[in-house]
Amino acid sequence: MTKYIIRRVLGLIPTIFIIITICFFFIRLAPGGPFSSEKKLPPQILKNMQKKYHMDQPLIVQYGQYLVDVLRGDLGPSYKYKDYDVNYFIKQTLPKSMLLGGLALLVALILGIGTGMISSLKRNSWIDYSSMSVAVIGISVPLFVIAPILMYIFAMKLNWLPVAGWLDDGGAKTLVLPVLSLSAPYFAMIARLSRASFLDSLRSDYIRTARAKGLKTSVIMFKHVLKGASLPVVSYLGPAFSGIITGSIVIEQIFRIPGLGRHFVQSAFNRDYTMIMGTVIVYSLILVFMNFLVDIIYGYLDPRISYS
Amino acid sequence: MKKDIILKVEGLKTYFNTDEGVVKAVDGVSFELSKGETLGLVGESGSGKSVSNLSIMSLIPSPPGKIMGGKVLFGDKSIFDLSEEEMRNIRGGKIGMIFQDPMTSLNPFLRISTQMVETIVLHKKVSKHEAKKRAIEMLDLVGIPKAYDRINDYPHQFSGGMRQRVMIAMALSCDPEVLIADEPTSALDVTIQAQILELIQSLSKKLGTAVIMITHDLGVVAGMCDNVNVMYAGRIVEKGTNDEIFADPKHPYTQGLIKSVPRLDKPKQKRLYSIEGQPPNVIDLPECCPFFPRCEFAMDKCKTAYPPVTKFGDTREVSCWLYEEKTRGE
Repeated sequence: MTKYIIRRVLGLIPTIFIIITICFFFIRLAPGGPFSSEKKLPPQILKNMQKKYHMDQPLIVQYGQYLVDVLRGDLGPSYKYKDYDVNYFIKQTLPKSMLLGGLALLVALILGIGTGMISSLKRNSWIDYSSMSVAVIGISVPLFVIAPILMYIFAMKLNWLPVAGWLDDGGAKTLVLPVLSLSAPYFAMIARLSRASFLDSLRSDYIRTARAKGLKTSVIMFKHVLKGASLPVVSYLGPAFSGIITGSIVIEQIFRIPGLGRHFVQSAFNRDYTMIMGTVIVYSLILVFMNFLVDIIYGYLDPRISYS
Repeated sequence: MKKDIILKVEGLKTYFNTDEGVVKAVDGVSFELSKGETLGLVGESGSGKSVSNLSIMSLIPSPPGKIMGGKVLFGDKSIFDLSEEEMRNIRGGKIGMIFQDPMTSLNPFLRISTQMVETIVLHKKVSKHEAKKRAIEMLDLVGIPKAYDRINDYPHQFSGGMRQRVMIAMALSCDPEVLIADEPTSALDVTIQAQILELIQSLSKKLGTAVIMITHDLGVVAGMCDNVNVMYAGRIVEKGTNDEIFADPKHPYTQGLIKSVPRLDKPKQKRLYSIEGQPPNVIDLPECCPFFPRCEFAMDKCKTAYPPVTKFGDTREVSCWLYEEKTRGE
């Protein structure tokens, strides 16, 4: 097991390296640069600026220098915000995005698996039909529609929750709407997935055995069904988390949350090369790590998988 | 000698509502099981053998299945009148069950120890530690080598035959009065089949457990059953002791079944006998003897009404118009 983990972690290095390389050259293919604006800068100033950020050197040298910096844990200065470096922005904003995304995933998992479980137990009843209809809505209606609707109902009309903002200006209440809207599509997907896999498990021979042993339904559900039935949900966690990260970019805009997602979008508009690179590296690290975690959980849940 | 009856099934009817119509999987099945007896329940696939026994355990998936009539008496309790909790005490505690496919009947995600201990703790009301001791004893008894170590393994670390042994150990771990074995050897290699059957037979004798042996294999029945019930299309068509059924099969279906077993002690036949045709579709079956389309003795009467039960002595019952005619003629 330890060997496997070490091997997987070593495997992460080339993945991240390839991502950095592709990203580094691709963003420079786009027209314009960090210092191009509507009003052209005088050539001498532009030259000085480029010199300051080593952009006058050949691309391959810049690339090499960047790699060395990244290895040292330095993501470089922002090209747009003078005197700030990328590390500072990430340190400031990443915890907020992670809290938002993590909570959304947690809510989606708990509600989704719970709904799936109840639906499978009461299959073809009105509970099943209505929760699966809600799930279809959750899957098909995009985030940027769900969020304003929730905002309109709970913030504007009922006045229960703040419209936007973050912990510092509104307390924990500000989390409710963003987390709910961000988790909605994933809740829906997980509910449908787990309903199907719970049904599958419930029909299996080993559950018949468990019933024939006289076990209670609750014991059967949580001890005998849950482990096997959660496998498809676990495999969905990787894609779900990447979806939640991209979704949080939208949600952070709508709810005015000072998270990393905003910088991700803004930096692309600004051609802020180092900032783009920094956010891409952070996001890909998170995703790669999540996939790795999923594999570990999978092996823990299913004893038939061995890591040798 | 008065028999000590522990399980009595009377007129059991289990139907399934499907889109195509009502499937009468079990349509009026009655039988008795006495202490220590081994009862064979024989029939083709779909004749209602398994459904009858799942009905006894109230394990019919509902919907679509529904018990439409009849009674099951376990001791003096009527099973369908019991609460869910009382029923759970019977399942696994008083009636143990083993299934056809040992590869899928154990939970692949849980250790053998977990699966055995939970059953014993539930029914025997003992501590986990004692339950584990008991589980190891049982695994020893069914012939799992190094049971002390192997109990911590997962099902996929056992072969099919070994898994069926584990199932038997689990089913017998709470000293049930009845063991229902639903085609316990159909999914196993022939060499393993004999071992498993011997194991069931010797353990049931040793522990005094009555066994309902569901099978389509007449060899199994001949080898180990005291009494035999032959099922066809959801009903029992013939009952008798082992000797009676094999020496003198009365129902044309039983005769056909026995004739279609390859025999070593008879000169080699050119072709093995087989009963022509297919078992009937039990959806919306009209009032008739369901066997008449395949029966070589079919009469007009067979097409219009189900034959009544004709008794021969204390132990034999046949449902066939042939005998109803004869007994009336005498």
